[in-house]
Amino acid sequence: MQKRSLTYYLLLAFFCLFVLFLYGPMITIFMLSMQGPDGGLTFPMRGLSFYWLGQVFQEQRVGNFIEPFVRSLILGAAVMAITITASVLASMGFRQRFKGSTVIFYMTIASLIVPSILVSLGIGVVFQVIGWPTNWFTSGLGAHLTWTLPIAFLIMLGIFNRFNPSYEEAARDLGATDSKTFWEIVMPLIAPSLLGVGLLTFTLSYDEFTRTSLVSGQSNTLPLEIFGMTTNVTSPALYALGTLTTIFSASLILIAFFAYNAVVRRQRGKA
Amino acid sequence: MSETWKALKPYALITPQTLVFLLFLVFPILMIGVVSFWEFNGYSMTPAFTLANYQGILTDVTFKTYLNTFKFLGMVWLATLLIGYPVAYFLAFHVPKLEWQILLFLVCTIPFWTSNIIRMISWVPLLGREGLVNQMFMGVGLIQQPMEFLLYSDFAVVLGMVHLYIIFMIAPIFNSLMRIERSLVTAAEDLGASGLQVFKEVILPLSAPGIAIGSIFIVTLVMGEFVTVRLMGGGQSASVGKLIQTQIGSLQYPLAAANAIVLLAVTMLIIVSILRVLDIRKEL
Repeated sequence: MQKRSLTYYLLLAFFCLFVLFLYGPMITIFMLSMQGPDGGLTFPMRGLSFYWLGQVFQEQRVGNFIEPFVRSLILGAAVMAITITASVLASMGFRQRFKGSTVIFYMTIASLIVPSILVSLGIGVVFQVIGWPTNWFTSGLGAHLTWTLPIAFLIMLGIFNRFNPSYEEAARDLGATDSKTFWEIVMPLIAPSLLGVGLLTFTLSYDEFTRTSLVSGQSNTLPLEIFGMTTNVTSPALYALGTLTTIFSASLILIAFFAYNAVVRRQRGKA
Repeated sequence: MSETWKALKPYALITPQTLVFLLFLVFPILMIGVVSFWEFNGYSMTPAFTLANYQGILTDVTFKTYLNTFKFLGMVWLATLLIGYPVAYFLAFHVPKLEWQILLFLVCTIPFWTSNIIRMISWVPLLGREGLVNQMFMGVGLIQQPMEFLLYSDFAVVLGMVHLYIIFMIAPIFNSLMRIERSLVTAAEDLGASGLQVFKEVILPLSAPGIAIGSIFIVTLVMGEFVTVRLMGGGQSASVGKLIQTQIGSLQYPLAAANAIVLLAVTMLIIVSILRVLDIRKEL
């Protein structure tokens, strides 16, 4: 084995500091949300209990948290369904050369690099001019799609780049129709990746703030509700809410990770 | 399969996605452009053609706000690059196995899956007047009074943004470092280059496109940013994004639109200059 250089140890130390920088603040709020009933916003911790985690669900104390949560779940699911459908279709379209593909491609990139406040303002202005009220499920949905769709599309392009078209040709040679080829050949092959893309899309939407903030209308999504709470909640309940939503996101990632592994293993088993 | 269908098929396939972008990206931005010329009388807007909104934003305040935004951008960019590059470099060149590289990279990405708002709040118990940092420094007797500049200040805004966005710098740099042919490094070493020379002559130039992509992300994210400025700046700091948000809040749409068009132009200018210096085509 190669002898480790001084650079290695310096970089390793730097990396560890970086991880501490990333996780440190979040660990502090996890700890602070586990305080006793008379806990405060800073250290030292006063007691140890699940009191504040429970407070999150008491409507009168913290503001309403359940309804925004449900809204965010519905919105995330809708965004996920539309994003997956549209990005799979579009990336399949891109496997063939066609006129105008460059324009479409740059429009996708533009959606990523236009400052998000412009998307929010633009959609808000359009709704204002048409005379429609903005709403989390109409204007909000559109705003989320401008963020999730380009990311999903770029990932799907990468997936189809590594994809061997001869499977599909074989299916067609054997007389399969387009839709049969898609459902029986393409779909099983891209399914594990779709799972990942879907989950990424869901979490992106579930946590999205900037693009939604100006176009959500009367009712808040969860990140907007949390943002509102930062100005009027001055108890560890706020940290508790942070802890709970983080646990929720983390378990989604874990579930997807294991589901992905399971799907891949089953496919390998079949082959 | 008929030939016409084969020619039309890609268009049919891209239609849903294109519709979404046209409806929620292209049309809204065109609309911002149009509305920025509309008349505004303090509470409602009417279709017209006036340059008043643009004149309205050409003030000292706007100029200072832009300067402040550039200051944030410069500091966040430098910090994300100086922290992000060594991290990406360590992962790509010093972690031996691919599984470990992926695992450690994942460790770096997990915090970015949680709400930005939560990640910002989590700085409060650390940086506040009675926060952990101040308590520690006072405890060891380094300072007598709590340091006020830690929270609700420009420092806090920059720190918050670095914490939120650094992955957008790390990921593209890591990606381009991973693509570097390892034999090039060996060749340079065989020809007698020192470690520093290998880095300067081989690795750095080859990872430049990754730096460019990361920088573009940082520019886009920081230029329109208003949440971090609001939460971490505590009303003390200003940025263009926050200015626009305030104007929208008071329903001054034409003014906000004019501001947004200027913001878009400035952002695009920066991105185009980055692309002129560094070529990213190889990465795409």
